[in-house]
Amino acid sequence: MKKTTKLMLALTAATSFVAPAIAQAQESIFVPLFTYRTGPFASSGIPIANGMRDYLTMLNERDGGIGGVKIQIEECETGYNTAKGLECYEAVKPKKPVMVNPWSTGITLPIIPKAAVDKIPVLSMAYGLSASARGNTFPWVFNPPATYWDGLSQIVKYIGSQVGGLDKLKGKKIGYLYLDAGYGKEPIPLLEQLSKDFGFEAKLYPVAAQDMQNQSAQWLNVRRDRPDYVIMYGWGAMQPTAVKEAVKVGYPMDKFISIWWPGEDDVKAGGDGAKGFKMLNWHGADGNFPVIADIKKHVVDKKLSQVESADKVGQQLYNRGVYNSMLIAEGIRAAQKVTGKKVVTGEDVRRGLENINVDAARLKEMGMEGFAGPIKLSCADHNGHRATFVQQWDGAKWNKVSDWIEPLSEKVQPLLEADAKGYAEKNAPWPARTEPCDNK
Amino acid sequence: MDILYKIFIDPFVQMGAAPDLLVQSLWEGLVGGMLYALIALGFVLIFKASGVFNFAQGIMMVFAALTLVGLYEKLTGAGLASAGVAAYLALAATILVMYVLAVGVERIVLRPLVNQPDIILFMATFGLTYFLIGFGELVFGGNSKVMIAEQLGLPKGSVSLEMLGGFVSMQKIDIAAAVIASIMVAGLAVFFQKTRIGRALRAVADDHQAALSVGISLNQIWVIVWFTAGIVALATGIMWGARSEVSFALGTIALKALPVLVLGGFTSVPGAIVGGLIIGIGEKLGEFYWGPLVGGGIESWLAYFIALGFLLFRPQGLFGDKIIERI
Amino acid sequence: MFYREAGQFKTSYASDQAIFPILQDKIGIAIILAIAYLVIPLLGGSFFLASVMIPFLILSLASIGLNILTGYTGLVSLGTAAFMGVGAYACYKLSTFWPGVNIIVWIVVAGFFSAAVGVLFGLPSLRIKGFYLAVATLAAQFFLQWFFARVPWLYNHNPSGAIEVPKHTLFDIAITGPQATPTARYFVVLSIVVAMTWFASNLVHGRIGRMWMAVRDMDIAAQLMGIRLLDAKLMAFAVSSFYAGVAGAMMVFLWLGAAEPEAFNINESFLLLFMVIIGGLGSLIGSFMGAALIHILPIILRALPAALGLTIGSATVEHLTFMVTGALIIFFLIVEPHGLARLWQIGKQKLRVWPFPY
Repeated sequence: MKKTTKLMLALTAATSFVAPAIAQAQESIFVPLFTYRTGPFASSGIPIANGMRDYLTMLNERDGGIGGVKIQIEECETGYNTAKGLECYEAVKPKKPVMVNPWSTGITLPIIPKAAVDKIPVLSMAYGLSASARGNTFPWVFNPPATYWDGLSQIVKYIGSQVGGLDKLKGKKIGYLYLDAGYGKEPIPLLEQLSKDFGFEAKLYPVAAQDMQNQSAQWLNVRRDRPDYVIMYGWGAMQPTAVKEAVKVGYPMDKFISIWWPGEDDVKAGGDGAKGFKMLNWHGADGNFPVIADIKKHVVDKKLSQVESADKVGQQLYNRGVYNSMLIAEGIRAAQKVTGKKVVTGEDVRRGLENINVDAARLKEMGMEGFAGPIKLSCADHNGHRATFVQQWDGAKWNKVSDWIEPLSEKVQPLLEADAKGYAEKNAPWPARTEPCDNK
Repeated sequence: MDILYKIFIDPFVQMGAAPDLLVQSLWEGLVGGMLYALIALGFVLIFKASGVFNFAQGIMMVFAALTLVGLYEKLTGAGLASAGVAAYLALAATILVMYVLAVGVERIVLRPLVNQPDIILFMATFGLTYFLIGFGELVFGGNSKVMIAEQLGLPKGSVSLEMLGGFVSMQKIDIAAAVIASIMVAGLAVFFQKTRIGRALRAVADDHQAALSVGISLNQIWVIVWFTAGIVALATGIMWGARSEVSFALGTIALKALPVLVLGGFTSVPGAIVGGLIIGIGEKLGEFYWGPLVGGGIESWLAYFIALGFLLFRPQGLFGDKIIERI
Repeated sequence: MFYREAGQFKTSYASDQAIFPILQDKIGIAIILAIAYLVIPLLGGSFFLASVMIPFLILSLASIGLNILTGYTGLVSLGTAAFMGVGAYACYKLSTFWPGVNIIVWIVVAGFFSAAVGVLFGLPSLRIKGFYLAVATLAAQFFLQWFFARVPWLYNHNPSGAIEVPKHTLFDIAITGPQATPTARYFVVLSIVVAMTWFASNLVHGRIGRMWMAVRDMDIAAQLMGIRLLDAKLMAFAVSSFYAGVAGAMMVFLWLGAAEPEAFNINESFLLLFMVIIGGLGSLIGSFMGAALIHILPIILRALPAALGLTIGSATVEHLTFMVTGALIIFFLIVEPHGLARLWQIGKQKLRVWPFPY
């Protein structure tokens, strides 16, 4: 009985801690980071989390925050799990975050309808729901710099350039290896549309999330079908296994092109055979930029970073996190400019994100000259549909092997429009946009 | 008509049309099945000796592999030893860790739960799984690691046989895995039949109380059994890790060992092997030839249906003890 | 002394067979319901309602379903999450075919679809027993999860592959969708769970429950007594899957708001099995206790470092949570292998004889 009473008392006492603490400092902007440093996708999640955190910490250390107001960073571990992600969302809501970065399409989808009601903008950079690029249907959701549909069209365009023109795609076979989740399935309608328009055959190879490390069957199919090119939409442990299997099956690496998610560790798993692997990217993949040097100086050297070792700073996915945090910071800065306030709220940052205008001069100011291209968002365009380029792995580093490729907008835009309309209809009553537009 | 053709005739036509692919998929299935069998072997060992269905076998495999690679990285990172030596040092240290784990499990989990119904012990291994997941990630980090196959002396590269109009490529590491697995199974068979401890294990598996009455120390036997299962887990972890990355995603593959066990019978070592091969080959052929009919991805559930099919005809598994129920 | 039944006489069979025959029990239930309906919505914040109470209630309902199958009938099932998924997708399709009908009706009707699928996968149970049956349920789990992803009709051909939940109202108050407040959703969930728990309680205390328990204890003897095994086992599967289906529909419509097939994966099934075993096999209150421990404990552990003022990395907190949960499962199993419900029973027994020790 005594043991039981103690147990009950302890449990009751602990339960009272469940009420989350209110944000202490008044003069700070709260930015929660939904990260996953555990679970089967941790290999991709850890460098991104580090990049995001370190860039914002650098702004705090070097500039005293944004516009003089410090950024309060807090990581919430989601493990790429939707229920935990929603729990994180509910937990941070009372602390008045200025935006959320779910870093998982599965977590983004349930948050999209809540964003407008809770007045918290969602920045799902290059993932999430592609249709959320339409700012007039999704005023609270942003997914720069390119959607998954843009990305697919860019890969197809690149393949076209390799075979001598998009018209030469006729009769070719393009394989699509994808994670059998919303993220991988979303571009399939576009792929089927493009295959009809350009006359190539699309072969689909799904990989279940629980079988990510067992892809021998899919690659046997690749060996049987002999597609001319294979496009991969993978994440986490699926990527290194795919590279390894491709090497095993002897698939020519330079015909294996992935969307923008692999990192160095994923390709290194294939050893020497992985040389020639290609992927899309839109920013620098090494540490030779002033912004990375600043991060090293103000954060890593001061032991404020959680990176395992200094050589992880400046790697592919680390820089991806840095780019995401750059968008966060620019959104907050634009919000401060548009509203004139220093301590901005979620609604202000929504307006700020719609007014992001990162041009060449601003990039140079931030130490990102050559790191990334310019980007400008507007009320109607929450994405930017920016160009990307193809980079190739040479065994030690990534090399840019193509020019900037624009998306096939004439194919992608109608599909985006249709999908946005369809979403609004299926989720009726979907609120029509009432938020003001600050662009001219 | 078309559907019937697609299901019953076309796959065999395809098999005949590209026999090299058939052999390749048979080989892949064999390798996969062998690895499932190794995991199932660990289960069978523990179940035979202590009646515990050790759900943590999969995570023990991942944990052993992570420990090996983690220790290796620490040794080479600190510059304490060169690559080859560090690999074997790490291997020895990991074996020691598995022994400590076996002792710990016996003392903390098994001893207090002696005589409890099977489902309670099963649940305790669940708790152990959670604990090892948290502990492993805490100590070694969430990053997936590359197995140190080369440093351990395992062969790299592949052998490509020209045959049947095409080629069949076999990874040397898979061949090595097959050889090592056979040696291990043979070794275990000899261990069970010929040595004193093996006999003691079989006695404990038959009847705990009778074994106690002839003076066999149950606790010692359990430590030995869990340690052996740990070694098997380590070997499996090395093999699996060499084929793909060492990360916690491997733990979900260990679930496939359940249909293997069910098919082979929970208490039979040859059953685990045969079951593993049947499941491995069955699911690979099924996915490759019949999978495209339904959009692919059937590998995730085919093994269970194969096991289910066998069970309907032999409810105790192929080699399992017949379940005799009395009132 | 607090719990003595002395002086409470029953004058009819009906009152003797009541589920709560003792006055103290009746008062206890009334207090619990009062707290649930009045105190918690008033005092609980939005996080508490949305992320603690609603998931707790939904998982308790699913655990009751699994308890009926595993605890009362002795059939181990590792596929409960998949049956939850069937309920969720059925409710989604029903609500898109007939959007005018009240969503609560569809949530309950979805349970019947789940029951049908459950019966289908329960058919092997006549031939296969014990752990071997777990394989049949695992087959259900993986097959259904694949099925949800592979058949586009189920998610209305959404390109994202996920099902989304629009706004539904009850008496003009939004109960699903983004406008639904946690309080509204909490009341709906609470009412459904209370009603279904009451129904389950009547089931297991009656003839059908005794039939299941006979099958669990020794099915050959039960068969000799005249209980038809196939009917009993299939009914167990049907009822259990019904509860799981309703819980699944509630999970998507009243808790998550959107779902991919990943939401119904094998880890959820294992979690539900944990809850049932830790809570106590064969006990309805055990299902609630198990769900509370397994669901709420990690939340407390995650919130603890911040509340205590320690700065620990989020990943480390996650790892520690896993370790502590695993250790606590083993601890509880050692302390009381029959689950928390048994601890509760012991507590009641002590209350009976207090201040005497026995």
